[in-house]
Amino acid sequence: MTQINVRVDGASYVDDVEPRTLLVHYLREQLGKVGTVVGCDTSNCGACTVHLDGESVKSCTVLAVQADGSEVTTIEGIADGATLHPMQKAFHEQHGLQCGYCTPGMIMASIDLLKNNPNPSEHEIREGIEGNLCRCTGYVNIVRAVQQAAGEMSSTTTGAQA
Amino acid sequence: MIPAAFAYARPTTVDEALSAIAAGGEDVKIMAGGQSLIPVMRLRLAAPETVVDLTKVTELRGVREDGDSLVIGSMTTHSDILRDPLIARYGKLIAEATETVADPAVRHRGTFGGALAHADPAGDLPAVALALDAEFVIAGPGGARRSVPAAAFFVDYLTTALEDGELLVEIRVPKLGEGWGVRYEKFNRVAQAWSIVAVAAAVRREGSTIAEARIGLTNMGSTPLRATAVEQALVGADVSLETVTAAAAQAAEGTEPSSDLNAQADYRQHLARVLTGRAVRAAAGL
Repeated sequence: MTQINVRVDGASYVDDVEPRTLLVHYLREQLGKVGTVVGCDTSNCGACTVHLDGESVKSCTVLAVQADGSEVTTIEGIADGATLHPMQKAFHEQHGLQCGYCTPGMIMASIDLLKNNPNPSEHEIREGIEGNLCRCTGYVNIVRAVQQAAGEMSSTTTGAQA
Repeated sequence: MIPAAFAYARPTTVDEALSAIAAGGEDVKIMAGGQSLIPVMRLRLAAPETVVDLTKVTELRGVREDGDSLVIGSMTTHSDILRDPLIARYGKLIAEATETVADPAVRHRGTFGGALAHADPAGDLPAVALALDAEFVIAGPGGARRSVPAAAFFVDYLTTALEDGELLVEIRVPKLGEGWGVRYEKFNRVAQAWSIVAVAAAVRREGSTIAEARIGLTNMGSTPLRATAVEQALVGADVSLETVTAAAAQAAEGTEPSSDLNAQADYRQHLARVLTGRAVRAAAGL
């Protein structure tokens, strides 16, 4: 066992983990943060995407010990109380989902995309979320949701969240 | 899926890393970004006794210039590469290929040196390093350093000149500045897929003549390859569609690509010719 010190969604944790524990399993099974899901378990689908020190990562492809000393943000940590993050709101309003399984990762990847490129073209959005697979929607409403969020987030120019 | 248990070391300097590798037992794996190693360990295709994680070895991360060379630390992430001003100015071929690697989340973790040391023939960066005649600077037990040219670094499928106990510390590539045009042409079927075939081309023009040509092939054999016949046909030739097309027709000479679910060998050879033509035309400004 190795002791780790990690901040997750604004709270600090000190935990013992086995080195082989994947970050996604630590989040779900030790912290109960089941909003982050395991999709493919092969690093392809992106459903488990979280932010590690502000950058999107596939949490099935990072060891929990590697988060020692770091800040993790999951889908559970981006809303401001009862107020949804603009990206969550946009996915809701544009119905950027059907079954919803890819949605946590899709939202975390999309927030990362806008951090680096606040006003992406449709092509840039599709490239930006290429690591996240949706097997229901054909991506049309997902792209619309990201476009809506980009508009709202750049007009408010806060961008402080996540 | 959960990896088999392993001992974990997280050094913060190259010296500590070399010590951890030396002390790690019979089966030590060095983890750079982990974006290939962790999936393989999850599938239990690898079950190392010890993992030496380099992510905190900050001295291995970053790009600097040294005269006519760029020096890229092995732990420089793909995202670092895409943001780096020196790469943007002198390493456009590296940037073009890096943009096509996997997806943004993987590029945040995956590293330049890790991708080269992994030496997957379908990986995008080995062919670029070979085309650029990169020099691989390797630290060994006790800290001794040696340098291996790209032509000798890639030995076979997933196999490099790195010996047990050694660590890839930096990669030196020539600056390609004024006069050079570059293109990485990649053929794959779906988002984030590996290259079925890809071609890295760098061409330096002097007026209407091609003065230098460097062409690397991805996934045309068990290692990256140089398209030597094409390079020889291009040097000294006029920049024209006819000469480039005739030269590109030799791109598959001497290659023995594999056949798999994605493509038969003869189709890969066809792709190499077509993609070389496209890459050289773009690099030469045609």
